Amino acid sequence: MKLLSLIHPFLALLLAPLLLGVINRVKAVFAGRRGQPLLQAYYDIWKLLGKGAVYSRTTTWVFRAGPVIGLTAVISALMVLPFAGQSGVISFSCDFVVMAYLLGLARFFTIAAALDTGSSFEGMGASREAQFSALAEPALLLGLAALAVQSSSLSLSDIFTQLNLQAWMKVGPAILLVAAAMAVVLLAENSRIPVDDPNTHLELTMIHEVMVLDHGGPDFAYILYGAALKLWLFAALLVNVLMPVQASNVPVNFAVALTGMFVAAIGVGVVESIMARLRLLKVPQLLVGAAVLSTLALVLLLR
Amino acid sequence: MNSLVWMLAGLILMVVGGFASAFFGVRRSRYTRQIGAWSLAAGCAMAMIPSCQTLWSGVSVQLALPWPITLGTFHVGLDPLSAFFAIPICGLSFLGAFYGMEYLPSNSKATGFAWAGYNLLVASMLLVVLARQAILFLTAWEIMALASFFLVAFENERESVRRAAWLYLVAAHVSAAFVAALFFCLGHYTGSLDFDAWSGGSSLPSGIGTVIFFLALVGFGIKAGFWPFHIWLPEAHPAAPSHVSAVMSGVMIKTGIYGLVRVLTFFDTPPMSWGWTLVGIGITSGVLGVLYALAQSDLKRLLAYHSVENIGIIAIGLGLGCLGLSTGRSLLAFVGFAGGLLHVLNHAVFKGLLFLGAGSVLHATGIRNTNRLGGLLKAMPVTGRTFFIGSLAICGLPPLNGFVSEFLIYFGAYHGAVAFHSGLIVSCLAVVLGMALIGGLAAAAFTKAFGIVFLGEPRSREAAAAHEAGPAMRAAMTILAIFCPMIALLASSILQLMAPVLSTVLHVSAGVLTSQLEETVYFLNQIVMISLFFGMVAILLLLLRRSLPGAKNVESAVTWDCGYARPSARMQYTASSFAQPIKALFAFLLGSHSHLTPPRGILPQAIASFTSTAPDRVNERFYHPIFEAILKGLRRVRVLQHGEVQLYVLYVAMTLVALLIWCLR
Amino acid sequence: MISLSQTWMDGLLVMLMLTNLILLGASRLGHGIRLIAIQGALLGALPILGGQHGWTARMLFLAVITIGLKAVVFPWFLHRALRAGEARREDNPFVGHTASVLAGLVMLTVATCLSARLPTVGAGHSMLVMPVALFMILTGPFLITSRRKALSQILGYVVLENGMYAFGLVMLQDVPALVELGILLDAFVALFVMGAAVHQINREFDHMDADQLDSLKG
Repeated sequence: MKLLSLIHPFLALLLAPLLLGVINRVKAVFAGRRGQPLLQAYYDIWKLLGKGAVYSRTTTWVFRAGPVIGLTAVISALMVLPFAGQSGVISFSCDFVVMAYLLGLARFFTIAAALDTGSSFEGMGASREAQFSALAEPALLLGLAALAVQSSSLSLSDIFTQLNLQAWMKVGPAILLVAAAMAVVLLAENSRIPVDDPNTHLELTMIHEVMVLDHGGPDFAYILYGAALKLWLFAALLVNVLMPVQASNVPVNFAVALTGMFVAAIGVGVVESIMARLRLLKVPQLLVGAAVLSTLALVLLLR
Repeated sequence: MNSLVWMLAGLILMVVGGFASAFFGVRRSRYTRQIGAWSLAAGCAMAMIPSCQTLWSGVSVQLALPWPITLGTFHVGLDPLSAFFAIPICGLSFLGAFYGMEYLPSNSKATGFAWAGYNLLVASMLLVVLARQAILFLTAWEIMALASFFLVAFENERESVRRAAWLYLVAAHVSAAFVAALFFCLGHYTGSLDFDAWSGGSSLPSGIGTVIFFLALVGFGIKAGFWPFHIWLPEAHPAAPSHVSAVMSGVMIKTGIYGLVRVLTFFDTPPMSWGWTLVGIGITSGVLGVLYALAQSDLKRLLAYHSVENIGIIAIGLGLGCLGLSTGRSLLAFVGFAGGLLHVLNHAVFKGLLFLGAGSVLHATGIRNTNRLGGLLKAMPVTGRTFFIGSLAICGLPPLNGFVSEFLIYFGAYHGAVAFHSGLIVSCLAVVLGMALIGGLAAAAFTKAFGIVFLGEPRSREAAAAHEAGPAMRAAMTILAIFCPMIALLASSILQLMAPVLSTVLHVSAGVLTSQLEETVYFLNQIVMISLFFGMVAILLLLLRRSLPGAKNVESAVTWDCGYARPSARMQYTASSFAQPIKALFAFLLGSHSHLTPPRGILPQAIASFTSTAPDRVNERFYHPIFEAILKGLRRVRVLQHGEVQLYVLYVAMTLVALLIWCLR
Repeated sequence: MISLSQTWMDGLLVMLMLTNLILLGASRLGHGIRLIAIQGALLGALPILGGQHGWTARMLFLAVITIGLKAVVFPWFLHRALRAGEARREDNPFVGHTASVLAGLVMLTVATCLSARLPTVGAGHSMLVMPVALFMILTGPFLITSRRKALSQILGYVVLENGMYAFGLVMLQDVPALVELGILLDAFVALFVMGAAVHQINREFDHMDADQLDSLKG
């Protein structure tokens, strides 16, 4: 049982960059291009790891610590996440709070590293990141509260074990609302359209990309890998909500869950292709909207 | 020998040492600082030992001495609850004293008085937590207020400091008035002014209990800094010398929490409305505190508003605990109080650390305005590192201590939310929402505070010329910074030590708490495991980073500047610009004012300017009008004051005659 | 046991809630009108999907009339008024859009709490009907008071009317069709008058800021 739950972290570490490839491929198909290879993210990371680094004279150890701690925090957060019906490696009451706060730690370091460069672009990105994540956090934690209330249990693993077909029959609309909230949080936390454009080329309009503008070489490889893992983490949360697997056959469960992951990546790609980016002033409204959806789910569950 | 005698001897030593220091200070002796600081250190050590003993063994001691004051007996006691508050008081004051030795100007007449005030403040805080009798408590409370008033007024040559000190004095006395009313109310209904007689508070006539609770909430809430009674904090903390701000914010405001918890122990099961009130006040204080903190550009004001936020978190914990007591959910009661009280300890550590850090920035540059600082991490590596750890801890991020107490509160909230008790669920979900918002905004506030002050390039000449603090100051900050991860890693043992404290609050014997303790310790251990895993992965990744082929191939360059040829430090993002989007988003709560004079014409002649301030709305809309009205009313009375001696004699004579007639009527 | 129609109805009601919340956050007037149209269609579909006694001719008739009026005719009128006016957006409302959404959440909570205390007349209906109806009844006046543009205020009025319709669904299960039609007619006339008035205001003042109407007084 415990051994099986070790599979997920390895899968995540192995396959997370592939999600980025899938998203890019979907976007390319929508744009009528052939697109980069599916494994492009792996190539990028590999190439970056072999390079040297250029540091600004303004920066200090904070700048160098940012990528390492960011990646570490995301990897640690993966440990509590259940997947494919297997419980997380570590599972205890309110483990999702630890997960959310570990991501908060990663964000703190990223923002600090951005401010360390003394660049106003990066300051701007840092400021936006701080603002948007402060609004995404209530949406995530309230959504998880709704799931906790639905299942009367407190650890992620138990919550998703309780979330079965009967639950869907009974409180389907509420679970859908939570899923919608989680999807918005996924897009916001992973700097995807409509919140942020990962491919933008103008510093003034970026959020996440501008914060890591000065990182290069292995540091940037860490950041890229961390971003892929973070996408995996949120996608896994979403898949856990939307596709509860209950079959006793472990390989089937994994196959279903992995399919779910790639469907989620395709979904992100489709959203990115058919939507325009929101004005920055509108983003808070979207995130408050996500929190409202979570609350609505709670109202539905508690009435 | 009774360990309380030791403790009282320690207090006397501090006070005597303080006055000796003042005496030497007037004569500008070299020994001023040494006498002040070492007497305090010795006194703190003497007080620390019995407190630790009591917490360890869970055995309370009491001592009653004759005291020639009407209604008063010198009744002191040391139970686990008192000890739990006494330990951070001793520890932080101890470190603050060594910090102050370097921080305070050495050859000023006032320095000796500052030591006298500091030692008196520490002694009175300890007496507050020891007192077991109303009159004694009020005396200590008053000494505490006056001692800290003199410390706030230390730099009284500045107008703003004098204003802050007066505001603080008024707030402290309103607080004292409510506390006195509370005690006399309790005394009236129980016929005794001794705390021991009040423990059966639930036997009071219904309704009186609630009156008592609200008196305590206001009286102790003013001292603790609950919103909307917080207005003195952002004025007084920046005005006081930094080690005093650290002690005031780290432990003095906690005496308010102590008072509140002590009053709660008089009642067996509080009604639900108390829990709701505490949770409501906690969320309001937390969210508004952190929002106002974000809007500040003065570093010490920012920290002061963060105290409001953290007091809010503590109040949320206590409120959840109360709700657990009233609904009979022992686990909720346990984690609520445990989280709140642990946050008292944690906040003492990291807020003390942050104020000391802000103090050494102020010491090195003379600037408190974050918009003029920057790049200090290179000049002040120790201050910078410790401030960074403090910032992480105050944001409640793992693997540091702030996370542990916040986690306990989160756990309480989620536990209450799945309990299907209608009165509980709504407040618990509000706590989840509030804590999540506070967490995110606190991260924004402290990335701003740390990032703008310590990172980037210096924004002013003073910041560029900064120097590291002296060895004693560095040592004080380093020790506090080490405590941050230590408390987190040892959280389960600390919680076990806290068991007697919690059993005092929850009115059960320590043995009953075993099951709750076990459950809590279980997930705290899991958190420690994740923290250790985190550390391991971090080291592995760091080693990997070092061993990569390109690791040696490091170049230095300038920050990417879009090819602009002459970037200057003034082009950096400032604290105000960093916080602007959030300020704008929450403008409906903050009500900040901004004033813009745009440049006009093709060749603007007049200087364009933009200012934005976030004055406290409570102050502006509520207190200011009230005090204006009082002042207006008092102006009428001023007619009586002519300045002519004959008239005053006439007043005295008339009063005497009137009294005589009234007595003999 | 929860029947399938109940689940469908729950879904519809949740969507009604969502349209309401989005309406509170919408700044473009055209967007708001579309939302009102969707809301009307959802309301019209409610009795069909939520009926327990099978479909009756009367019910279908009522649904068709409701959808026709609320989802087609009203929006068309409002679009006409919108085209006539200069303003396309509610730029500077008294209560900001994000704050309005949060206020909506508070109203929803209040509505849920209140409906738990009200006696449930229409037993068998989804438990959600009452909260949703109350929510819309609260939202309407909120929109009317917090917005500047006359068109937004009409939207608020329509939401209020929608809320009453939904309320009627619970309270008056077997109400004569005539009464319902009467209510609809009432709303129609009111909207007609308001639309005409907005048209006139636009022509006279080149704007439709209702808060500037006080310049009319002598």
